[in-house]
Amino acid sequence: MLKINNLHASVEDKSILKGINLEVKPGEVHAIMGPNGSGKSTLASVIAGREDYEVTDGNIVFDGEDIEELAAEERAHKGVFLSFQYPVEIPGVSVTNFMKTAINESRKARGLEEMPAKDMLKLIREKSEMLEIDRKFLSRSLNEGFSGGEKKRNEIFQMAMLEPKLAILDETDSGLDIDALRIVANGVNKLKSKDNAVVVITHYQRLLDYIVPDFVHVLHNGKIVKSGPKELAHELEEKGYDWIKEEVGA
Amino acid sequence: MDLKEKLVSSFLAFENKVDLDAYAHDVRSEAIKIFEQKGFPSKRDEAWKYTSLNSVLKEDYSVFPKQENALEYHQVKHYLIHDIDTYKIIFIDGKYSSHLSETTHEGIDVCLMSAALSKPKYQLIIENYFNKAAEQDSLSALNTAFSQEGAYIHIPKNKIVEKPIQIIHFSTGDESAIMLQPRNLIVVDENSHVQIIERHQSLTDNPVLTNSVTEIFTNKRAIVDYYKIQNDKETASLIDNTFIKQKRESIASVHTFAFGGKLTRNNLNFYQNGERIDSTLKGITIIGNKQHVDHNTLVHHIEPNCESHQDYKGIFGDRATGVFNGKVVVEKEAQKTNAFQANNNILVSDKATINTKPQLEIFADDVKCSHGCTIGQLDESAMFYMRSRGIPEKEARALLMFAFSNNVLESVKIPQLKQRITKIIAKKLGVNIGFDL
Repeated sequence: MLKINNLHASVEDKSILKGINLEVKPGEVHAIMGPNGSGKSTLASVIAGREDYEVTDGNIVFDGEDIEELAAEERAHKGVFLSFQYPVEIPGVSVTNFMKTAINESRKARGLEEMPAKDMLKLIREKSEMLEIDRKFLSRSLNEGFSGGEKKRNEIFQMAMLEPKLAILDETDSGLDIDALRIVANGVNKLKSKDNAVVVITHYQRLLDYIVPDFVHVLHNGKIVKSGPKELAHELEEKGYDWIKEEVGA
Repeated sequence: MDLKEKLVSSFLAFENKVDLDAYAHDVRSEAIKIFEQKGFPSKRDEAWKYTSLNSVLKEDYSVFPKQENALEYHQVKHYLIHDIDTYKIIFIDGKYSSHLSETTHEGIDVCLMSAALSKPKYQLIIENYFNKAAEQDSLSALNTAFSQEGAYIHIPKNKIVEKPIQIIHFSTGDESAIMLQPRNLIVVDENSHVQIIERHQSLTDNPVLTNSVTEIFTNKRAIVDYYKIQNDKETASLIDNTFIKQKRESIASVHTFAFGGKLTRNNLNFYQNGERIDSTLKGITIIGNKQHVDHNTLVHHIEPNCESHQDYKGIFGDRATGVFNGKVVVEKEAQKTNAFQANNNILVSDKATINTKPQLEIFADDVKCSHGCTIGQLDESAMFYMRSRGIPEKEARALLMFAFSNNVLESVKIPQLKQRITKIIAKKLGVNIGFDL
């Protein structure tokens, strides 16, 4: 589904990703871990198509197609979704209107008719119930004045609405208390199927107790320096990242 | 002969055509002297530093319409708020169109300035109010000198006018270039409430210059909601001079939707003559190409316990230029004044310009006054966020700009007007917005 080959990317001439290789197959859950500043969020943004980042070498193949030249919205239409570490506040646009626009634009791009209002409402009700989101919340301005936890829950609500093939969750666990974490993780697990895939970017092991990865990758200084089964996450939790740095340095 | 000379030398001929015995005669004669002495403002005048009239004044305008022109309803329906019942006072090339209008004398007067200036039954109101709010600046004086036609609205006390009133000035381009000087007088007595929509619309590519004066008087506890739709051809220019005198506990609001024309200057002045007055000045400006819009506002707080709220949003593209010059004066007696002013702007092009200047003159010591202006670009992280959800760049941009101007629309009290403005904005931004914000 996703194949990243020798990906190099920089922002304002500062090289951040220095040769990433990663393959994600349908049905898989991958975790990307690593110390601060290792390039985790950059990788997420580059896959989603943020224009501030320049791909200087390598490529990103999604469903057999090179996507690194595509605009963010085109990638979204193909089924790429990024749950933001810091969701942006957009005053004046309600959650509901935002979702309606996003869904109908995606449908338009796929040559489909707009979703009838009745179906849209039903979908919104269904998905918001799944994530235990209050109705009143949906008419509020997008992310404006939301708590950290509300913002993250709202990200997963959007994921549920858009049903992407590939969901990248960038530090979705940060700012969540244990109950919110469970709701969010349950939501993600319910959306999982053999046809889609999830990439979880996290600093801590905690979220991976709920969203169990098939593979864990360690990112350090713009490269994946170690990959392993889910047990690797536990090892990192216990021992920190220093031993990896030493191993790589050695 | 330049335009000033032409106007001054036309004055006698103009006066001869109208009633020399009328009260207005002396007022007009006085006014032409002021204009003759002051002339058109230039960039040397502080209040006109960022707006030059040169390109507008050079046209060879016909200063009186030569003949009456007719339009059919279907030709102009598009420019009216036609999906609700309204009174209409409609002018074509400066002349009243009885065919398109719907006036009334039933309990209220919604009719013509020319009638009010000449008929004895209106004399008392004319003597009490006509030219009693307008400043003696050169452009207002010029309008006063040639004041003859426009809307006359008098709402006696304790009337809630159920239907909004539309005042619309069309120009047909029958003459190569035309200058119009409409004069409106609106008097709203105690406890009465009226909603008014005003529009100037050119139907031609020939140059049009409108120098309009509107005087509004809100007596005790009266409520006036005034909406200006400025969405004209890029060959049409407008100098809009509006003066609002408020008595105690009255509430007046003016919303100005400035989507263009060639050059638009809004001189909007509020005078608070009484306690517990509320004044609201709001505006959305969205322009592009080489359009120019200048908002020059004044709120004069004269007595205690009054409020004023100003909120102007501007979006400027291409080589468009905008000016916001907002002056708030709080007199020494005007204690406990609450005065707020905000002017926020987005420049969507490197070549667009906005000059914004808040000006506060506060002589009282127990007041709450705030002002703020911002000039920025669209938030790039918000753009990426929206695009990552599948909303294309153009729509994302439009949605953000829409959201940016949204709170100005919130206070529009006529839903059909709100819808219309929303549609105009969507069209201006070049997108089909799939929902109402």
